[in-house]
Amino acid sequence: MSGFLEFEGISKSFGDLKALDNVSLSIRQGEIFSLLGPSGCGKTTLLRICAGFEMPDAGRVLLNGKDITDLPPNRRAVNTIFQNYALFPNMTLRENIAFGLQIAKVPKKEIADRVETMLQLVQLEHHAHKRPHQISGGQKQRVAIARALVNRPQVLLLDEPLAALDLKLRQRMLVELDGIHDEVGTTFVYVTHDQSEAMGLSDRIAVFNHGVVEQVGSSTEIYEAPRTSFTAAFIGDTNFFNGRVCERIDSEYCQIEIEGLEPRLRFFNDKNLREQVRVDLSVRPEKFSISRTQPAPDPLSNTLRGTVEDVIYLGSHTKWWVRVNEEYLISVTSQHSRFLLDSKPIRWNEAVWISWHADDGYMLERYDENDEALLVLSDAGLPDDIPPDEEAE
Amino acid sequence: MKRSRLPGLTVLILLVFFYLPIVILVINSFNLHKYGGEWSGFTLKWYVRLFQDDAVWHALRNSLIIAGVSTAASTVLGTLAAYALHRSNDRFQKIHHGLIYMPLVLPDILMGMSLLLFFVAVGFQLGLTSICIAHITFCISYVAMVVLARLQDFDFSMMEAAYDLGANSWTATTRVLLPALAPGITAGALLAFTLSIDDFVITFFVAGPGSSTLPVHIYSMMKHSRFMPVINALSTLLLLVTFVAVGSSQLINKQKGADLP
Repeated sequence: MSGFLEFEGISKSFGDLKALDNVSLSIRQGEIFSLLGPSGCGKTTLLRICAGFEMPDAGRVLLNGKDITDLPPNRRAVNTIFQNYALFPNMTLRENIAFGLQIAKVPKKEIADRVETMLQLVQLEHHAHKRPHQISGGQKQRVAIARALVNRPQVLLLDEPLAALDLKLRQRMLVELDGIHDEVGTTFVYVTHDQSEAMGLSDRIAVFNHGVVEQVGSSTEIYEAPRTSFTAAFIGDTNFFNGRVCERIDSEYCQIEIEGLEPRLRFFNDKNLREQVRVDLSVRPEKFSISRTQPAPDPLSNTLRGTVEDVIYLGSHTKWWVRVNEEYLISVTSQHSRFLLDSKPIRWNEAVWISWHADDGYMLERYDENDEALLVLSDAGLPDDIPPDEEAE
Repeated sequence: MKRSRLPGLTVLILLVFFYLPIVILVINSFNLHKYGGEWSGFTLKWYVRLFQDDAVWHALRNSLIIAGVSTAASTVLGTLAAYALHRSNDRFQKIHHGLIYMPLVLPDILMGMSLLLFFVAVGFQLGLTSICIAHITFCISYVAMVVLARLQDFDFSMMEAAYDLGANSWTATTRVLLPALAPGITAGALLAFTLSIDDFVITFFVAGPGSSTLPVHIYSMMKHSRFMPVINALSTLLLLVTFVAVGSSQLINKQKGADLP
């Protein structure tokens, strides 16, 4: 491996709780890498190990090829942005930003220049004389970024930096963060429990669950090709099907028999599974099309007949929950690209056909039925973009 | 709607109850009459007599020395104790907390008695030193409790931020922790000073010959009624000093408060 920042077999326990279990990650220079997972999954612990606030029980941290596992936090070329910003209340914004440089005994003239450049980067030139309690949350956030970046760290660690901001501000700061990253090109390691933040910002994401890395990949890879039921259910919404391969149609596709579901389903056999092998599948809600009439038969498409049990209209799209064969409640979303008042939308209790292409489902490597609890079910009625876990760690 | 007069009346009664005795004391300090029962003319002679009384000044000097020493010592020790109490989760810390808290609830007379017995038992000479030790003992508790309250509001991720930005423990403590705790430490020190200069019961037990503090000296003066007007004059002066001290501290706070939340 030749990553810029490497974690090798990191384990860490707090008492009986195993926060991290043999985690290995390789982060490239200059990328935005997110650690994504629910509260208590170990992502913050990994960040704190990287910053030097925690010592791993086992494993090594390498920065630019150098082992920094045992270095104290004040001797690492990494800087952290804390969830609550941790600005020093007794100093002005300018003094806050200059703090690191003063300690590094940088010449006064250079400190002044670099602080000024940073103030411009985060657009706070006119507030530099104020103290942290006199500015807004978004401004505090920007001071924290400036205070860290002014030291020109090799890696910038961000611990849920937007969790304390409201939704609109969060979205704006996300764009700003992205802009700042483009400007400075520093490697960012970004901890969050919010999938939309991670997907919007990151080059790559590591999905954490119970102290292990479930999957590493780009936003698209993780969303479209989740390896485990946890990733599939935690990132966005999905439908699970459990069955067994009953027939290989050709080298690419296979027929799958799902318990309690009438027709056999066709899926792309990307795992090249043999007949009679158990298989767990995930199909995202937006992959379905929903209609009152039976769609034209297509050998590579699956069609199911059901009844709409619940509808939520969300403006840009609508969510349906369709009951199929008593046992299955399938969630379906569809985007409204046309003016909706002109059409007659499908309503509650209507009989519908849902169909999807054989390529649009994905075979999971690992399935745990507990992960179904993460799905946005009909009763909850939550829209897509509210993360299942709103509380901060 | 007609507003009730009750709140105003209550405040008036309260003010009279609190301050009438003090007003009478101040008036009597200028009263020519020896026993202060009736007004028999204005005089400053009690003040003159007060300034000629060397014993009073000696006692005041003792009081200030003791208050200064015990404030300094208890502020340092109390702050350290509060930090230890806050940062360590050891089970001994529960006992530690109990021990620190004890002097706050223990009756003074018990503290005084036990300290006296202790000093006698170990053969310690009673005097300024013994009073200082006694005062430090109970002042530590007050300082520790005040600083602890401040510490509980302190966000320790600020310390982590300081380390993260390259600070060592010393820099992080002096530039981040101490400035944040400063109001608590100052309040603790002021409290310690007030308690020390004001203390009678404990001092009375552990004071030796020639080491009387002002409160103890005033008490001994009270036994002789001829000193009564002098005590009034002394009390009036103390009142003045207190007003000036409180007033200026509030003024300082106000100026500082301009850029604090």
